[in-house]
Amino acid sequence: MMEMLAMGKYGAYVWSSFGLMFIVMVACVVQARSRHRKMYQQIESRLKAMDSTS
Amino acid sequence: MTEPANPTLWQGFAAVVKRDLLLAYKRPGDMLNPLFFFAMVSTLFPLAIGPAGDQLKLLGPGVVWVAALLSVLLSLNSMYLSDLEDGSLDQLILSPQPLPLIALGKTVAHWLVSGFPLVLVSPLIAITYQMPTETIGVMVVTLTLGTISLSLLGSVGAALTVGLNRGNALLSLLVLPLAMPVLIFGARTVALAAADDAVSAGVYFLAAYCMLALSFAPFAAAAALKISNE
Amino acid sequence: MFRHMWIFLHKLASPPHFYGLAAKMIPWFYVSGLLLIAYGTIAGLFYAPADYQQGDAFRIIYVHVPAAYLSMMAYSIMAISAGIGLIWRMKLAHAVAAAAAPLGAWFTFLALATGSIWGRPMWGTWWEWGDPRLTSELIMLFLYFGYMSLRAAIDETSKADKASAVLILVGAVNVPIIHFSVEWWSSLHQGPTLVREGGPAIETAMLYPLLGMILGFTLFFGALLLARVRAEVLHRERRSRWVRNLILGESA
Repeated sequence: MMEMLAMGKYGAYVWSSFGLMFIVMVACVVQARSRHRKMYQQIESRLKAMDSTS
Repeated sequence: MTEPANPTLWQGFAAVVKRDLLLAYKRPGDMLNPLFFFAMVSTLFPLAIGPAGDQLKLLGPGVVWVAALLSVLLSLNSMYLSDLEDGSLDQLILSPQPLPLIALGKTVAHWLVSGFPLVLVSPLIAITYQMPTETIGVMVVTLTLGTISLSLLGSVGAALTVGLNRGNALLSLLVLPLAMPVLIFGARTVALAAADDAVSAGVYFLAAYCMLALSFAPFAAAAALKISNE
Repeated sequence: MFRHMWIFLHKLASPPHFYGLAAKMIPWFYVSGLLLIAYGTIAGLFYAPADYQQGDAFRIIYVHVPAAYLSMMAYSIMAISAGIGLIWRMKLAHAVAAAAAPLGAWFTFLALATGSIWGRPMWGTWWEWGDPRLTSELIMLFLYFGYMSLRAAIDETSKADKASAVLILVGAVNVPIIHFSVEWWSSLHQGPTLVREGGPAIETAMLYPLLGMILGFTLFFGALLLARVRAEVLHRERRSRWVRNLILGESA
């Protein structure tokens, strides 16, 4: 098990690369979802405000 | 002084070039500022790094090229700015002459005012960097081709950013990546010449790039002008 | 049969249809993409044999190559969408280009970072200016930044669409030039480093995880792109009736 984690002597390099990959993937997903949510909420509040005044 | 009712393409082109040259003549800063900037940036490096002759010789080609690139970049913003401000941009876009031709005319004028003087002054700078004479010849050739390409690429960037707030910084950001092949080949060809190596490959590449830019930049700039001016 | 396909494509170009269809497709893309990425990661990390010359460090290839491939694919998608948007004036095409840019930039960054990390033990240096691929990939990152900056600087959406489309097309001509020019230059000089992507003859046990990663990331990217385009469409169509019905209908 420790052997696997060590990756020869390149453990730091290999794992930081995969770690970066994971971080970028998560960041992209989070960004995409939060952008959608933000747009949705902006439009929703504007429409509700318009409706309540009409 | 009656002009023909339908000016030919050449007359239209010449008119655009003449107008811009005349405007630049009345604003000497258009030519002098990039020139002074070029000279001053070139002196920054020996001041910062020290006057050791060998170091300067190595740095010379790169420094001259980077300084030329930055100077041209600085001068690009004004290509269409005055036209936008006084309303002549609208007129240029509406004119019966093809807009790419007009864009090309402005680019030629821009190079004559901002790029060509740099090429003329560059040998003086090169001498302070202890560049041998044959190398200076190669440098002049590469700078000529390079500054023409930069003016062409820059006209597209200038057309895209004309009238934007802080358009100048954005303009540099847009043009720099496109200008990198020119810089790489230009500076390294001169470095090769300094090392007595063959320079023809680099010069051919620069010429080819210049031709490529010449064939698509006027059209891209025309499209960009129409978009920016909507 | 062709009539149905044509109708399908035509409907796809309409924002409300796209919005609904994409919503259904996204989960499939995510799941299949993540499964393949999981396979590629586990197989690549633990089951592929170590490389003869590079040892276990070569495993970085399973992140680096897919990232680099996607960075270029994203740019191509942007260029094609920009072209379609300019020529056929399809709003949705412009939305795709806008949505793809941040994703492409992320993957370019990932490619550069993992490449640098890989280079440290292999070449002894974090960066190598003489290498053609590093330089041209870096320039492509700058092109992405320029694109996003230009978009941000122009307020009016249709103007921003068209201006950035011109920019990406001009850059598209340049990307192969940049790549080949730096490559020709380095080969003219026989640079001190040799780029050996993937090591020597790559055997199947090493190859399949790599293919899995590439395909998995492509699907994952597809999901991300569809999600971002949906957000983009929502924003652009915010004043339209179908959006109004969608949002008010859902919260009724």
